[in-house]
Amino acid sequence: MPEPAIDQLLQFVFSGLTVGAVYALVALGFTLIYNASDVINFAQGEFVMLGGMVTVFAVAAGVPLPLAALLAIAVAVVTGLALHRLAIEPARGASAVTLIIITIGASILIRGVAQIVFDRQFHALPAFSGDEPIRVLGASILPQSLWVLGGASVIVLALWLFMERTLLGKAVRATAANRLAARLVGIDTGLVLALAFGISGAIGAIAGILITPITLTSFAVGTLLALKGFAAAMLGGMGNPVGAVVGGLALGLLESLAAGFVSSTYKDAVAFLVILGVLFVLPQGLLGRRAVERV
Amino acid sequence: MSRRLFSALLLGAATLAIAPLSAAAQAPIRIGAVLSVTGPASFLGDPEARTLRLYVDHINQAGGVLGRRLELVLYDDGGDANRARTFATRLVEDDRVVAMVGGTTTGTTMAMIPVFEEARIPFISLAGGIEIIEPVRPFTFKTPHTDRMACERIFEDLRRRGLTRVGLISGTGGFGASMRIQCLRVAPTFGITMVADERYGPGDTDMTPQLTRIRNAPGGVQAVINADFGQGPAIVTRNFAQLAMGVPLYQSHGVASRSFIELAGPAAEGVRLPAAALLVAEQLPDNDPQKRVVMEYRQFYESTQNQPVSTFGGHAYDGLMILVEAIRRAGSTDGVRIRDAIRQTRGFVGTGGVVNMSPTDHMGLDISAFRMVEIRDGNWRLLD
Repeated sequence: MPEPAIDQLLQFVFSGLTVGAVYALVALGFTLIYNASDVINFAQGEFVMLGGMVTVFAVAAGVPLPLAALLAIAVAVVTGLALHRLAIEPARGASAVTLIIITIGASILIRGVAQIVFDRQFHALPAFSGDEPIRVLGASILPQSLWVLGGASVIVLALWLFMERTLLGKAVRATAANRLAARLVGIDTGLVLALAFGISGAIGAIAGILITPITLTSFAVGTLLALKGFAAAMLGGMGNPVGAVVGGLALGLLESLAAGFVSSTYKDAVAFLVILGVLFVLPQGLLGRRAVERV
Repeated sequence: MSRRLFSALLLGAATLAIAPLSAAAQAPIRIGAVLSVTGPASFLGDPEARTLRLYVDHINQAGGVLGRRLELVLYDDGGDANRARTFATRLVEDDRVVAMVGGTTTGTTMAMIPVFEEARIPFISLAGGIEIIEPVRPFTFKTPHTDRMACERIFEDLRRRGLTRVGLISGTGGFGASMRIQCLRVAPTFGITMVADERYGPGDTDMTPQLTRIRNAPGGVQAVINADFGQGPAIVTRNFAQLAMGVPLYQSHGVASRSFIELAGPAAEGVRLPAAALLVAEQLPDNDPQKRVVMEYRQFYESTQNQPVSTFGGHAYDGLMILVEAIRRAGSTDGVRIRDAIRQTRGFVGTGGVVNMSPTDHMGLDISAFRMVEIRDGNWRLLD
């Protein structure tokens, strides 16, 4: 093992935070839908894929990047709403496991359609503000990584404001806390559920757009992201938005530090072992139910 | 009843009399193919399938083989070895093919080998792994270069530049894992010291931790080799530029397609890789024995398919042509006789190199078939 120098450690941290920010956004999408419906939406990764792929193809068709990004977000939101309206809503009253299986089916469908509508190749987007790395204390970070970290922070902040400061956000939180009680006080829980799917779609798409210049994208990138995002949500405590962010960043850092200091061959194993260890001691995750029940 | 029998006999006699007059009326020669046209290896399987269809039609228009039409029976395994094996059985038992071209990946090929070996049907694989032809199996051949040859070609180039301390970064997928083992095995014979051996998983999106480790390897590193295909090498190349590693980066023949340059962007400048002559067809000197073949294949493919040629489609061209020439030489569609004829292939000029088969060499290429190529100004440049 090489001497852990400061520049090296910093490099691993940059890498871990960038990847972790994306995991965090996927985990946040999981959390939103889980809170509103108890459904763990495994099509969450497909929103990320749609964000990247729609943007790539729109840009290739001559649409300016900001417009292409908006279009991609719109496509993901519509997909999220359709998923709710066409797949989840008709199965209302089915057990949570059934609904989870439905979302897995939906993710396979979305992937299949994307494969036909787009193609099976990998694609890249140009970085938003150039490819020239920024050097910090001997480590280097891409400007695009700052976009990812900044974008993730803005989303988390906006979501927090929405949840805490708006009536609709409070309705979402009320539904998460107790669906029956929420309905009794006149909250349209159906609308809240649709909203959760729509917002999750938008968050996923934004993550996909921000990350594509760094990680490339293809029709198949969603599966792995959904798994990693799910692991992050579990680590942070399923149902807790703050936990999702903490879990995502922690998973990203774990992976890069494990690759850097232990062994790149076993980095995923190391990351998942740590998660298992945490869940063994804290079955609810780092910031589990406790915080939600307080609401 | 007797009248019906009589007319049936008459019809039969008439058919027999007409048959020799036209090749089309004879039973076609069936050639099987199981390719990964969709799935993760589709960028290999798709040009292979296009090439086979294109050239089977081409050969038929020119009169077929032994006066008979060729019929291509092509299945898509989606990159799944289990499905490949099922299709292989179907080709042998239902379609009754006389020979087989294809098997896109080493995984699907290895799954199909027992089927064709047992049926004694010649099988020309389009996959890279050396285990396909080592040990030699009676009916199994392959056209692409092996990963060991790629390692040797890279090491040769390193030796010429006087670089000996090398860091290896490889994907954990089949191709990367196999090439990693080959590179580690042959490195000592070229005086190369592997100072780092890092890996990354399929779907990994950031390899800066691994590259940082390579950069800080004790004693320093003079060059880095990346063994993988697909999006992994593009990300490694981008991370390599981000970290300003300051040493040469070598990729494998797995990235020898236009999409690598597009995905890696400006970071690809200066990257070197061993590749088939097809990649730099127009830069070959006119006296190069492969020049005519690769130029013709490229023009035919690009003018009919509206997409740039890749070396992977070239492997399918080589496989089909070796097979067709062998059937012509054998004058028969008997499996053993075709196999013997394939083994006698000498001086066949294909897109992958000049092929000289023998009973102990079922690939027939040597290291000279690889050309060292460098990416300059977003394009391939032939070195040496």
